[in-house]
Amino acid sequence: MSEAPGIGRIRVPPRARRGEVVEIRLLIQHPMENGFRRDTLGRAVAKNIIHRLVARYDGREILRAELGSGIAANPYFAFFTRATASGRIEIDWEDDAGVRGSVGAAIEVT
Amino acid sequence: MKRAVALALALLAATALAEAPRSGLAYQGEDIRRLQADDFANPAMLWAERGAAAWQQRRGTANKSCADCHGAAEQSMRGVAARLPAWDARLQRVSTLDQRINACTVREQGAAELPPESEPALALQTYLALQSRGMPLRVAVDGPAGPVFYIGRELYRTRIGQMNLACTHCHEQKAGKTLLAEQISQGQPTAWPAYRMDWQAPGSIERRLRACFLGVRAEMPAYRSEDLVALQLYLVWRAQGLALEAPGVRR
Repeated sequence: MSEAPGIGRIRVPPRARRGEVVEIRLLIQHPMENGFRRDTLGRAVAKNIIHRLVARYDGREILRAELGSGIAANPYFAFFTRATASGRIEIDWEDDAGVRGSVGAAIEVT
Repeated sequence: MKRAVALALALLAATALAEAPRSGLAYQGEDIRRLQADDFANPAMLWAERGAAAWQQRRGTANKSCADCHGAAEQSMRGVAARLPAWDARLQRVSTLDQRINACTVREQGAAELPPESEPALALQTYLALQSRGMPLRVAVDGPAGPVFYIGRELYRTRIGQMNLACTHCHEQKAGKTLLAEQISQGQPTAWPAYRMDWQAPGSIERRLRACFLGVRAEMPAYRSEDLVALQLYLVWRAQGLALEAPGVRR
């Protein structure tokens, strides 16, 4: 499913008919620190959220999301796209610490 | 007549106390129930996935993986989590899933101990508990586990903290009633390790129990302490027959 186990999970229907609307689901492991919390010693915990998320279908951008600090930890996304051709759906993201992650899955269109 | 009414009331009270065991899931909202039922969206499954990878990973001075000795967890670990805590002849005490994983890590793999509630500890616990999902909880409380069981039962009924409450006051006498915005559950440990919304992370039953100690303003027992193990043994015995739901989702 995903390359790094436990970092992100993606679910794409493995097969679809051309023109069919398919649901893509994504779950990312991330603390989504909102920057308002303090640790046990009272020091502010630096804000660290996934601020940008991009989904590409065969290299073409199909979704771009800018996330805010109101999104819970370990965010879950679901969106729809139209199956046009066989290829890969790749999703990558970047957080405030500059850490990038990505997951991808193939879809076969008949 | 008065005596008959009093007797009827006493009987009614007794039956109310002995209500059938219900999983904590019954007290959760529709959204939480849906999330737990969906293996993709349940965030704890991320940790289970990581646990599956850790199962295969060679570690420590022995350079052995869990799978090198135990094989496929789907077969060898099926039902194990539903039978714990249990007497451990090698450790010569009652031990939990967490403690057994840890003992194996140190003794067989020659690796460093997994700190309580750390990512690797929770990942393996979640993965192994998942192998027993749906199986009824059943623990042995006779034989060498007996004394520990009685300690746990005693703790369950002992008033503690500034609130001066015992577990039984909320989770038996007031189960189903409302505490702030929540309904009080029977405290059945069927979901653990579970993803808790309040924590935005998965945690073990020990973390949840410690939160209860904090809630009644009592001193929290240390992770993996004898008191927590005894309490777990009593709680699982009390819940026996209920199915293990791990990894669960809770508010």
